[in-house]
Amino acid sequence: MASAPLPVYNSNSLDISSCKNVSRESLRMELLTDAPLLPGEERVIDKDIIYICPFSGAIKGRVLISNYRLFFRNVDADPAVTLEVPLGAISRVEKMGGASSRGENSYGLDITCKDMRNLRFALKQEGHSRRDIFDILFRYAFPLSHGLQLFAFLSQEKFPENGWNVYNPMQEFRRQGLPNDQWRVTFLNSTYELCDTYPSILVVPYTASDEDLRRVATFRSRSRISVLSWIHPENQAVITRCSQPLVGMGGKRNRDDERYLELIRATNRTTSKLTIFDARPNVNAVANKATGGGYEGEDAYQNAELVFLDIQNIHVMRESLKKLKDIVFPNVEESHWLSSLESTHWLEHIKLVLSGAIQVADRISSGSSVVVHCSDGWDRTAQLSSLAMLMLDGYYRTLRGFQVLLEKEWLSFGHKFASRIGHGDKNHADADRSPIFLQFVDCVWQMTKQFPTAFEFNEHFLVTLLDHLYSCRFGTFLFNCESMREASEVKKKTVSLWSFINSEPSSYSNPFFTVDLSHVLYPVASMRHLELWVSYYIRWNPRIRQQQSPMEQRYKELLALKEQYLKKLEELQLSDRAPQVFPRGPHLSNSASPSPSSPPPRVTRLQTPF
Amino acid sequence: MFSLGSNGGKYTKPSFVSYVNPEQKGNDALQEKNPVFLPGEVVFCSASPVLKCTHDDLLEGSIMGTLFCTNFRISFVSDQVLLEDVVQPFRNRLYGENDIPLTCVDQIYGDYDEKRKLITNTQMKNKHPNGIIVHCKDLRVFQFSLKLAKEEAAKKIFQGIVRHSLEPKSLRCIFAFSYCENIAGAPETQNKPRTLMFENIVDWMEEMKRTKGNCKLLEINKDFTISQKVLFDRLPQFFFIPTNVLEKDLAAYQGKGVPIWCWSHHSGCALFKTASLPLVQEESFLRAQKLYMERMLNAVAHNYLYAVKAVDLSETLPSIQDIQQSYSRFKQNFLIDNIGEFWISDMKWFSTLETTRWLSIIRQCLHKAVEVVEYLEKENTNILLIEDGGTDLSCVISSLVQLMLDPHYRTLTGFQSLVQKEWVVGGHNFLERCNHLNNKDKESPVFLLFLECVWQLLQQHSLAFQFSETYLTVLSDSISVAIFSTFIFSSPYQRVSSMKTESQTHGSLLNIPSVWDWSLQFDCKSQEFLFNPLYREKSKQEKTRNKNQRPKPIRQLSLPNATPPKKYFFKEETESLRKMLRGTRISRWMHLSDSAQASVWEFYNAWQQKPLDYHGLLLPDLDGPAIRLWMQRYLRWIPEVQIFGGGDITLVNKITSLSQELEELRMELEQQVRQADPRCKSTETVNKSTIRMSCFFPFASCRSGSFKPAIPTSHCDGEMDMGHLAEREDEDTELTDNSVIRGCAD
Repeated sequence: MASAPLPVYNSNSLDISSCKNVSRESLRMELLTDAPLLPGEERVIDKDIIYICPFSGAIKGRVLISNYRLFFRNVDADPAVTLEVPLGAISRVEKMGGASSRGENSYGLDITCKDMRNLRFALKQEGHSRRDIFDILFRYAFPLSHGLQLFAFLSQEKFPENGWNVYNPMQEFRRQGLPNDQWRVTFLNSTYELCDTYPSILVVPYTASDEDLRRVATFRSRSRISVLSWIHPENQAVITRCSQPLVGMGGKRNRDDERYLELIRATNRTTSKLTIFDARPNVNAVANKATGGGYEGEDAYQNAELVFLDIQNIHVMRESLKKLKDIVFPNVEESHWLSSLESTHWLEHIKLVLSGAIQVADRISSGSSVVVHCSDGWDRTAQLSSLAMLMLDGYYRTLRGFQVLLEKEWLSFGHKFASRIGHGDKNHADADRSPIFLQFVDCVWQMTKQFPTAFEFNEHFLVTLLDHLYSCRFGTFLFNCESMREASEVKKKTVSLWSFINSEPSSYSNPFFTVDLSHVLYPVASMRHLELWVSYYIRWNPRIRQQQSPMEQRYKELLALKEQYLKKLEELQLSDRAPQVFPRGPHLSNSASPSPSSPPPRVTRLQTPF
Repeated sequence: MFSLGSNGGKYTKPSFVSYVNPEQKGNDALQEKNPVFLPGEVVFCSASPVLKCTHDDLLEGSIMGTLFCTNFRISFVSDQVLLEDVVQPFRNRLYGENDIPLTCVDQIYGDYDEKRKLITNTQMKNKHPNGIIVHCKDLRVFQFSLKLAKEEAAKKIFQGIVRHSLEPKSLRCIFAFSYCENIAGAPETQNKPRTLMFENIVDWMEEMKRTKGNCKLLEINKDFTISQKVLFDRLPQFFFIPTNVLEKDLAAYQGKGVPIWCWSHHSGCALFKTASLPLVQEESFLRAQKLYMERMLNAVAHNYLYAVKAVDLSETLPSIQDIQQSYSRFKQNFLIDNIGEFWISDMKWFSTLETTRWLSIIRQCLHKAVEVVEYLEKENTNILLIEDGGTDLSCVISSLVQLMLDPHYRTLTGFQSLVQKEWVVGGHNFLERCNHLNNKDKESPVFLLFLECVWQLLQQHSLAFQFSETYLTVLSDSISVAIFSTFIFSSPYQRVSSMKTESQTHGSLLNIPSVWDWSLQFDCKSQEFLFNPLYREKSKQEKTRNKNQRPKPIRQLSLPNATPPKKYFFKEETESLRKMLRGTRISRWMHLSDSAQASVWEFYNAWQQKPLDYHGLLLPDLDGPAIRLWMQRYLRWIPEVQIFGGGDITLVNKITSLSQELEELRMELEQQVRQADPRCKSTETVNKSTIRMSCFFPFASCRSGSFKPAIPTSHCDGEMDMGHLAEREDEDTELTDNSVIRGCAD
């Protein structure tokens, strides 16, 4: 069986697919009665419609809108075309053409999606045929603007795993060997009094009192004081994160803040100067003084070195992605592909984020502690700290570890998912929206591309992650911070994305994964190596073959063959040793390798008692 | 004619009989510092001490040693004792990492008091620079400082290097000639399956039989009687022509216009190539040419009563000069001698690549090849490739077409046979295109362009090829080593005639080795890197299955016939013929015609929908993102872009080690069955070394332990035009009120 390669074709393994072949039998069934519905999902309307596919032209069919998705299927055409879009992925719904507009299929709906595609539907011009569907779509795609609940709160899905248990901050800090003689756990923020966008459990220098922390909070934007994200197990260098200091035009100083950073520096003997990475370009940091912010001045922070990382703000990133969409959807820019790609600056931003994270990781592994901040410390800071941790700590490169990383650095530290994504909100032009998390996932993808054996999860996992970033099917990415999630009882009322993922981990695992704890993973942040994530950004284009990599295919075949051999070997030995009590040869249990379906052993480190 | 080296060599007779015997020099005090000489290698001059600088002065610093210039190479020998434990799994036997074969020198720059000047062979011979920077054709960059050497020695080595690597020379000065005089007639290694050299009738007949073609073999050039006439010199000894072409047709236009058989498709149609007829203005000549070409096309078509299509490559593809210009701009981006330059160029990397147009030329060639494949495969049309000289782009396109259609050519020996058939025996002018004699005017990397196209296919369909990326890289390096008969002649006739002359002078039969004898360059272990571990031969099951399904031609490869074979080719063809024969040609290669593009797309899409058969038709994806940079070849020497412990090589290694493990298991299993007695052997898991290989393995060295990451130094300050957005705040709120959190949905 393993002698012949068995490539998979058009195996669009994505949860949501643009063009999927369904069997002819199902087509004969009554239209859309067989449409897949999730537990808790309800039909709202179905209707004859024409889908104007940008790749194959107008397709007659029927559309179904539920409280979770838009589902389209063509009428007895060959090949069958289905279209599934979670309503959460819709950022904008517009009417196209008027009752009097001429031309075929000029009257209908124009839908802009957050996941790099646009959809067009045409309807009959007579009798305001689009009015009801437009209203329903508008209502259910943007429930929060209409006083409705997000689907995650209506879903009745059940999974064998409970993803809300994936992250336990105390457990994670214990894994890092915390608390220790230099760092303590504080519950000062347990009711989000100190900082409402921070997690309830914080790790701070042992020598800093709660009173110190309160005073420092007054000098940091939105009270986001410097707290520990990660500690190096050997040299004890730490990554801490915070927001900008409130220096302002007058160049204010704050002794408490200065002393506090000094305490952080002093927690590790090899740090002669604390490195403060300000993620912003220098000019922006200066400009922030006008609105009360700023950066750590040289005079005030004597034992610190300030490094600007030149990463642009959320608005620049949003525009960059918009430009990228223009050159890849619906058609890929052909004649000047490379210069068009360059003009979007998307990869350039990726490069700057990665190179910032490399610098953080490099300081840490050479034994020097760092502070990372940007303006508020929830966008660029989250990107930098989590990427640096991914480079430094192999645990975060496992499927579970990565979930912990996201829960910790992104969710608990208040990356404003609700504002950045605009869950259920009709205001598509909101200046708060920005693809910061997508950019982070892209950086992770670049790393997996450069180190294809270093990550336990695969590309499909990253794509699924991004699909559910928008879908609102799970509670994980809802709301802006931990306190809001707590107030809305997200854990009680919704299902975690990790429940879904961890109930079927095999489809998200990378068979090539090799545990390697001894090395820091430094990607090369050069345009020579960065590439566009084609299978995400251009995945709606049918010309992009969604195909399992032939190498992966081959490897899985070999693994299956190995399994077979081992089984045969075992059988042989069983038959030989049938009368014996312990039939299993000792060497077999040793050499038995993890099958592709069972996850490789977890990596845990430093189990110090708390 | 040659400079007097430090060894006082004199030019005596036209062959390089060594005047300094390497063995004699063994007693010399310099012995330890000498490079290991090849047979027939002679030192011209040397200088010491010379500093070899790494391209990043800030790092390790420089190495002290001696610089040699021989009739084969420029060689730097370090004073330091070589560390034996340096991991070098892949070594070339002919030249080491500090050797530059003279023919591999691309450009030399002189360092004159902090000013860098390009050295040409005519200027600046008197004042020698403080240092020289050598750019190699295999993209290596060397920097040697001559500051410490004695004035006289520095001057001599500089002049020697410039003279021997840049000045025009005669064919006999190419090292291969002195080399072959000094090696015992290389034993013809008859490896099985062997590479067809196409130097005798047997090979040609075998190929014709394999492809089930039906053409007429011409032997009239058996003794190169025709090639001796001027303008005919490209013709091989033996070749096939359509049966309806007469021997006398060959004489009409000095062999031009005669369709030469390349390959036959299983449907019966075939691929031919020819040189285009001379350009004429006069009406009567034009008419005569037209009649002649019509007869030739008719001959191609009437063989099988199929349609015929003439594809004029000169009209639709970039010219030889375009290719040369584009490549010289392109390669410049990889010859990097300092880090700052590297990171600055990183910012505009994509647009820089694009402006060289090199990738776009690759895409055009692949596109043209797919177009031809479509004619052969879908419409079963005979194809006649026409090109001015008939031995450049027609070689590229015909070989690519065969590679896509015929899985045989995707095996190692199949590929080598293809190169022999289309390029070496096919009369590609390697000597001038590779510029081995330093007469720049006809230089153009046409063969490299072909390898680039093959690499694109290989990276898109990694399981379909028996040879590896490394094979292609090494082959591209071998072009400029000048030891192999494969790449140093302008035609088979030149090869045979100059070897005859040489043998007469030398008094015994000489034979310059072929590049396909890989054991000359690599030991057995290293040769393994030339094979693709993922490749699988077509299994017997598959073969028989296909046979059972379709008794005769394996039609499984072909796509549904959209249009029936056209038999009335003339009406359609005369128009293009007329265009083809018009006095002036307009180069339209900048933009592919829309209809051709649409048709190719459709063809590709239809193919893409079907299950992929690695032993069947193989087409390249031509989309913007799909045509990539051959990273291993171009980036392998740049330290900043080495990913240690990463790259696709890690996947290949995992697959290889799992395969080995399986093999062991299989053996154990067999043993068990035979002995019915279990051996309780504790199988240790494969020891995981801490060595981290570069993603450009096997070219860059490995690293163990930790290292400093490459941190981009040049950022985009003011480069990006972000407009007003960059100045905006992330959040619009003032910061004074710490309790405000906007937009929290509820």
